[in-house]
This record gives sequence, C-alpha cells and structure tokens, in this order.
Amino acid sequence: MTSIDTLQKTASQVRRDIVRMVAGAKSGHPGGSLGITDVMTALYFSEMSHDPATWTREGKGQDMFVISAGHLAPVYYSVLARSGYFPVSELGTLRKFGTRLQGHPCVTDHLPGVFAPSGSLGQGLSVAAGMALGKKLDGDPHRVYVLMGDGESEEGQIWEAAMWTPHHKVDNLIAFTDLNGQQIDGPTETITGIDGLSDKWAAFGWDVIVADGHDFESILQAFELAHAANGKPKMILFKTEMGHGVDFMAGTHKWHGKAPNAEEMEKALAQLEETLGDY
Amino acid sequence: MKKYTDTGKKDTRSGFGAGLLEAGRRDPRVLALTADLKGSVKMDAFAAEFPERFIQCGIAESNMVGVAAGLATTGKVPFIGSFAEFVTGRVYDQLRQEVAYGHTNVKIASSHAGITLGEDGATHQTMEDIALMRALPGMTVIVPCDYNQTKNATIAAAAFEGPVYLRFGRPSVPNFTPEDEPFVIGKVYTLNEGKDVTLIACGHLVWEALLAAETLEAEGISAEVLNIPTVKPLDTEALLSSLKKTGCAVVAEEHNMAGGLGEAVAGAAAAGEPVPLAFVNGEDRFGQSGTPAELLAAYGLDAAAIVKAAREVIKRK
Repeated sequence: MTSIDTLQKTASQVRRDIVRMVAGAKSGHPGGSLGITDVMTALYFSEMSHDPATWTREGKGQDMFVISAGHLAPVYYSVLARSGYFPVSELGTLRKFGTRLQGHPCVTDHLPGVFAPSGSLGQGLSVAAGMALGKKLDGDPHRVYVLMGDGESEEGQIWEAAMWTPHHKVDNLIAFTDLNGQQIDGPTETITGIDGLSDKWAAFGWDVIVADGHDFESILQAFELAHAANGKPKMILFKTEMGHGVDFMAGTHKWHGKAPNAEEMEKALAQLEETLGDY
Repeated sequence: MKKYTDTGKKDTRSGFGAGLLEAGRRDPRVLALTADLKGSVKMDAFAAEFPERFIQCGIAESNMVGVAAGLATTGKVPFIGSFAEFVTGRVYDQLRQEVAYGHTNVKIASSHAGITLGEDGATHQTMEDIALMRALPGMTVIVPCDYNQTKNATIAAAAFEGPVYLRFGRPSVPNFTPEDEPFVIGKVYTLNEGKDVTLIACGHLVWEALLAAETLEAEGISAEVLNIPTVKPLDTEALLSSLKKTGCAVVAEEHNMAGGLGEAVAGAAAAGEPVPLAFVNGEDRFGQSGTPAELLAAYGLDAAAIVKAAREVIKRK
C-alpha cells in the first residue's frame, strides 16, 4: 500500500497541476477538482487495481472508473497522467483546440484511461452500474468506481440507478459522492436541499459509508469497508471542502467554474508544494 | 411489374423478437434489456432461453440507456427495447452522450413506432424519432418493412459494430420479403424497376408503395420502387441513379416531414440530382386514437396518397 506521506505529496502535485491547467486554459472548474483531489489520489495511487500499460476500454481484468461529474476533468486528467496513462506534458493542452483533454472527458479522441464520456450530469452512475454488471456476467472479480457531485444528486436518473442497482445485487460497484455542499448557483442547501443523503441511499438499499475526504486514513478505510461482497452496492459520502488547499478558493462556490488569472495562479501555487515536478 | 406475395400478415415487432433470439443463439455477447415492456417488444422468447442475459430495468429508461452503455463498454451487445418514444425522445441526451458520442455498441430496439401504434393515442405515437436519431453523429438508422426484413435486420444489427437505431411497429402488415435474405446495412433494395417515377419508402409504407405501383401501371405509368430501410447512412449513389433514370420521385414514410426519410432524400437529391419530389408523410402533426387502418387513411399514409402524389410529381418534370 502506498504510504500516506507519498499520497500527500502526490496530492500536492495534483493540486498544482489543476491550478496550472485551468489557468493555462483560461476557463474550467478548479474548485471541485481541488476539493476531491485527496480522494482521487487515494483512488488511483492506492485503492484501484489498474495498469496503464495493459489498459483497454473494455477494462477486462482491471478495476474501472467513471467520472460522472465530468466537469471535474482537471483532477481526473492529472491523476491519469501522473499514473502513466499519457505524458504529463499533455496536461498543458487542456481545453485547447486539437487536444485529447476536452473540457469534459470523452472517448472519441482515445485518451487512455477514459472509459466513458461525461459532462451532462446524472448519467455516470447508470453507466458504471452497467460496467459492474458486465464484470459479474464475465466472472471478472474486479470493481467499478464512480464519482458524483453532491449537486448532481438533484438529477432524477441518479435515483433510477439508485433503485435498479441494489435490485440486481451489483455489489462490485463503489459509488462515491463529493459532499462539498456547493454548486454553480450557490450553496447546495439554497438551491435544492439534498440533506439526509446518507438516509436516502440507505433507504434505497445501499451500504452507506461516511468519510472525511481530506484525511487519507479515513479515505482508505472507507474504500476498505466498501469491499464487502454482501450483495449491496456501496455509496461513500466524502465530506470535502470545495477549493481545498488554496485559501482564497476554499469553501466557496465562487471558484466552481472560474479560472485564476496569472497573479491568482502564483498566489495559489505558493501554497502548494511542487513534489513530483511540474509538467 | 414484379409480383410480390403477402405470405400472411405479421407484426414487425415479432420479427424483431425472432431476430433477437437468433442473434442470441449466434453470439453469447447479445443481451436484451427492457423498461417493463418485455412482452410488448417481444423479448419473451429470448428471456426464456437466456434468462441470465435478459435484464429487466423497470420503468426507468434513462438508467437503462446508461446500463446498456456500461455493458457495451465491457464487450457486450445490449439491445434496449421499449416504445419508440421512450427509447428516443425521452432519453435523447443519454443516447447522445453515452451511446453516440461514447460510441458504445448499443442497439436501440424501437417498437410501436409511428401512428399505427393506434388506440393509445399521440403520447405513445412518435412521428419524430427518425429525425432525432438521424441527427446523432455515427448513429445507423434502420427502418425495415415487414416481419422477415425486421428479423434479418435485427441479426445484422447484432453483428454490426456500433450504435444502431432499429425501428419497427405494432400492427400486423403484409410479409413479403424473402424469409432468409441476409440484411445488408446501407443497401437500397430495388423492388421494381420503372422509368417514369421513383416511389421511395421505408417501414410499413413499402407495401403501400408496391400497391401504388400496380395502380400506376394500370394507368400506363411505369414506377420504380425503392425500399430504403437504412435511412442513415443513405446509399446516395443508388438513390441518385434511380432519380436520374425516372426524373422524379415520391417519398413515403410513417413519420413527420421534419428530419425523416423524405428530407434525407431531398438533401441528397438537391446536392446531386435535383428532380421534382413529392412527399407522403405525417406532415407536422401529432397523432390521435384510432385503429391503424383508420389513422393511415385519415393521415393520408397509404397507396392512394402515393398514387396521387406520383401523378402530380410527374407533371412537374
């Protein structure tokens, strides 16, 4: 298992990547990516069984991951590149004409590591559930992971999948929600209240685990608990802070979809240690 | 004129059911998913023979599309079946992102299409689905004309790599194409050769086009009849070759004008062989309750309407 110290160092570099990518693109979504960085780092550098060298989109013999909240593309691209799916130098092409790093993830440009397109919200849970069922039909013991935003749970399709997945006993699916309490138009509680997500998912028949999305011990323990082969799909609610790691971006929806300018980027990077070398 | 024999009326959805079963026997990757309409879309036989490969999704079509895309990603060949409206308009964004843009090998089994769904009325009678599916980049759109062709098209769709929209219907209609004729995706089927006018149709109106050609023949008009089940990608070369020969055409379909076979033909003709065209379709209307026969007559979707349009379009040559 990767040490927590290593994960922390990796997460710091991933946060630098996010800030530099979004600043370079002059548009994008830094806040959510910074908030879920620790979870995504733990997922790709400790939890998931995956191998970039033998990766195919069918995902046979490996764990699979779907980023249902496609606007979190910066953190996704960073952990993919830092895992070795494609050169880190490509991170600087985010959102630019001709890039494989589209504003939201896609498969048409054959970016290694990406299993499904996303961007239109609420769809990834269903897709991941289908992948997990596919693995069960094939007798492949690997798991499928899916990341959703908390605001995303306002989408109706999420609850269709919430009903369907336990009915079919798809227990190799580990879904997790980024519980940062923020969405584009403001704090989630002021837009459409989603309080009681834990009870809601439990009522639909899911194993629900609540964890601190900025504490690696808590994150890894939550994933470990989610390995139970008990006939139930798993939902981990990771409590996070949008913009975590950069003081002026933290805890506010204002950096949901706004890029830092050059000065703001430097101010942010001063707070994030360069550990693996910038791209 | 070449003679076609109705070997006994059958519904095209049953042709799909037979084709799905055969495709399932040929390829273990084939799966069937439905949103609480197993019997209506004729998945019963498949579900009985392959219970572990039949996946009930309940009344939740959006989730069904996503699950199918996920299954296809892992190498399966899922058919998702429901009424045409509920596997197109209701789930357009899901089909767009996860099936077309995601290029997943999902087959959309679209039953009860068009006005001939009948008594349920306009909420269930989509006349816009071909337009929606044609608009999706990379989507193959197939509208077979009878039981046999629907069965064979289903087998072909299962063997084809990529998303396919397969449209069929509820009423019993004449069954006249060869029983075991392999379906070729993209092919224009010339049912009769003629020189004065081309009658182009897909789906239930192909038989009506043949009836119309017989009537026209009795009037001394030689009609070429093209069955174009693959609305997209359209075999432009075969189409234009016929238009060049006859100099005019009627396009008939159980669909509205916007975005249907008629506009597909018109687009190709305008660019390559601009001849006078006439259209037999639902125009710009919703349906209503009634028997299929009553509705086809009321909306002018029959041989009589095709004959009338042919007489008029010939005058514009």
